[in-house]
Amino acid sequence: MAEHRITTPVTDDVIAKMKAGDRVYITGYLLCGRDSAHKKLVDLIKEGKELPIDIKGQLIYYVGPTPARPGKAIGSAGPTTSYRMDSYAPILHSLGLKGSIGKGSRSKEVKEAMMKHKAVYLASVGGAGALISKSIESSDIVAYPELGPEAIRRVKVKDFPCIVINDMYGGDLYEEGKKKYRIA
Amino acid sequence: MKTISLAKVRDQIKDLVQEANFVLQDDVLAVVKEMEKKEESPAGKEVFCQILQNAEIAKGEKLGLCQDTGLAVYFVEIGEDVKLKKDGGLKSLREAITEGTRLGYGEGYLRKSVVEDPVRRKNTGDNTPAYIHWELVPGDTFKLTFVAKGGGAENMSAIRMFAPAAGLEGIEDFVVETADKGGSNPCPPIIVGVGVGGNFEYAALLAKKALLRKPLGSHNPDPFYSDVEKRLLERINKLGIGPQGMGGRITALAVHVESFPCHIASMPAAVNIQCHSHRVMSFEM
Repeated sequence: MAEHRITTPVTDDVIAKMKAGDRVYITGYLLCGRDSAHKKLVDLIKEGKELPIDIKGQLIYYVGPTPARPGKAIGSAGPTTSYRMDSYAPILHSLGLKGSIGKGSRSKEVKEAMMKHKAVYLASVGGAGALISKSIESSDIVAYPELGPEAIRRVKVKDFPCIVINDMYGGDLYEEGKKKYRIA
Repeated sequence: MKTISLAKVRDQIKDLVQEANFVLQDDVLAVVKEMEKKEESPAGKEVFCQILQNAEIAKGEKLGLCQDTGLAVYFVEIGEDVKLKKDGGLKSLREAITEGTRLGYGEGYLRKSVVEDPVRRKNTGDNTPAYIHWELVPGDTFKLTFVAKGGGAENMSAIRMFAPAAGLEGIEDFVVETADKGGSNPCPPIIVGVGVGGNFEYAALLAKKALLRKPLGSHNPDPFYSDVEKRLLERINKLGIGPQGMGGRITALAVHVESFPCHIASMPAAVNIQCHSHRVMSFEM
């Protein structure tokens, strides 16, 4: 398994190097959003309106953090389950989103969209939100503050650790891992 | 006759919801450490390592173990001989529990994860209402158990109304199938609560109650169900899903089964899935 240290925004060349099972450490900025924010973004796209954020070349982290204590960048900030964003992800990839970060498996449609538009799906460790918060240096709400924990944020990360689950070649770590250890 | 102060209940809950969300309890830690030794996959071992590191940081910095600090779910056992003292401006036990929840989630910088309507989805802003199950018992007991129940694992739960002919085999296959379908979604290694019998709503409640059993990984006192638990844990851990779904030997940390009498025509079974961040705490007054 290879290891990649990448910075955002991400180019197709960087995506092309990532294979399912590889480790990735991200430095730069991540967009953060989950259910309600995705619905709002995709509604805007369907209405032909401009998005409040630029998604081209970006990675989106599916997270709704706990509130930050005074003097801290963010609270606990681990990934949420990704399949809930499956119906929204393909159109975002078609508009240049280069990847998403979450936990749990993706639909066939999302995997196909990632292959078609050169994107990846990464996972961070669910239920390790306190540990993950150590890789986040700052956090700003950039859209929909009224959504509370579901607002869209832009977080500055340093060596944010992930594993590639789905690469742009159709590789799937969840499928491969389960096959390897399944008995019967 | 015992008198319980509502203000004290509120204050204890305010502290309880915070501690449960910051401190991975000893029984859970013990099972995590025991299962870590059995994991063979390198990715799985690393997940266990991160779970333990995360617990250290959460405790030390009073940070949520998980950002999903859950719906606040309570099981209250209240004795028929208990009298409630309506102090601190509180008019009912429900109000005391609600206020304790609101204050604890605010003061602890815990996430507010409740929307006021399932379809219109506006956040209530204070993690209330609390989800309270009442049980009236003889005597002057007052026991309250809190579980911070995250959405990711709860979403992978299931209930099925079996015909009695399906037998134990039908129930066991259903439990394994539910864990398999959940796959990487509910943050494995998971804890599986199974409710067998009762009726539609009893089965679901039994499954949740099964999760609350302390210490984690202890067995049903009925040897029949104790065997079922052991067999189910073994079968689920053969699925290969592994920690975080990346492949491995440990998909579940424990299986707890609870049963109850049921109708001659029925054999309900419910499976409540819980993530590894198992946040359950109780107090008695």
